[in-house]
Amino acid sequence: MKAHRKQPLYFAFLLHRLSGLGMAFFLPFHFYVLGLALEGNAALDRFLHWSELPLVKFAEFGLVFLLALHFFGGLRLLALENLPWSKRQKNYAAVALAAAFFVACGYLLRAI
Amino acid sequence: MADSVEDSITVSVWRGGARGGDFQDFQVPQQPSQTILDVITWIQRHLDASLSYRFACRVGMCGSCAMMVNGIPRWTCRTHVNKVMVDNRLTIEPLRNLPVIKDLACDMGEFFEKWRQAEGHFQGSSSRDETVAAISPKSSQRQAANAAIECINCAICYASCDVVTWNRDYLGPAALNRAWSLQNDQRDCARDERLKVVASDAGCHQCHSQQGCSTYCPNELNPTASIAGLKRMSVHWFMDQKNRQRHG
Repeated sequence: MKAHRKQPLYFAFLLHRLSGLGMAFFLPFHFYVLGLALEGNAALDRFLHWSELPLVKFAEFGLVFLLALHFFGGLRLLALENLPWSKRQKNYAAVALAAAFFVACGYLLRAI
Repeated sequence: MADSVEDSITVSVWRGGARGGDFQDFQVPQQPSQTILDVITWIQRHLDASLSYRFACRVGMCGSCAMMVNGIPRWTCRTHVNKVMVDNRLTIEPLRNLPVIKDLACDMGEFFEKWRQAEGHFQGSSSRDETVAAISPKSSQRQAANAAIECINCAICYASCDVVTWNRDYLGPAALNRAWSLQNDQRDCARDERLKVVASDAGCHQCHSQQGCSTYCPNELNPTASIAGLKRMSVHWFMDQKNRQRHG
């Protein structure tokens, strides 16, 4: 990574962009699974059974992390652009990351 | 000259022009309180007189000596070697996002052209015969203008901005910061026209808030805050226009 990009708020931008892209790539798969429900119980049940595997649960943790990261990062940007300026931009980025991790861990604890 | 190799700095300087170039290494003796500009000047005066670079005031006023130092845009006259040197090595390149003329000197033309495109000049409506407008230093607009006004046009923010790299039409942090200070000048009579320009496709809404401009601005200005202010101002202006249309 180029030296001028090595600053916390660039990483916040990068995480927001990558989490958005990650979810965009996931969406077709998500719609495919929803489509299974239309085909009948058996196909959806097969998928749900597969989704009980530990590795899949962990992948879901990653997915929830990306979703929460993009959500909290988006709130941070909305605040940045629409509220009076605050000097605590790095703090807000750190809070967004911590909140996303907290939500994703909460999901994982309920899932296992 | 340096007493030993440990006392010298290995300086990789980018040499070339618009068609490309490469790094050339020089050994420069370390001096107390030495700045990056001192290093480059030493190279030019003692090792290679053909090295091209730009400077004027040497005290952080003129904004002409900015370069990439170890990959980060800095004002070289106020950057001390011992604060940025890594393992006795320095890498010095021309500013990013601007065309190179020769070696470390870039063409600032597009940077100032964007300043002009963003209506970065004051447009008053009163003549010298009228009384001077009274602006309270405590007014929120005056304070917003104050926060943005000390720009020295060094283009460090422009070089640190990836949006400029990705979108060559983007006006850039300095021009938008200037527009923000004028938008907060109660005497300026071209604020609506300027807002239309800065809210256009090449304007403030392109900013991704990476905040490299604010991180590296040597005068500790905050162009990201100015751009966020322009975004808010343009949204309010848009909503006002819609309301006017709806209610005649």
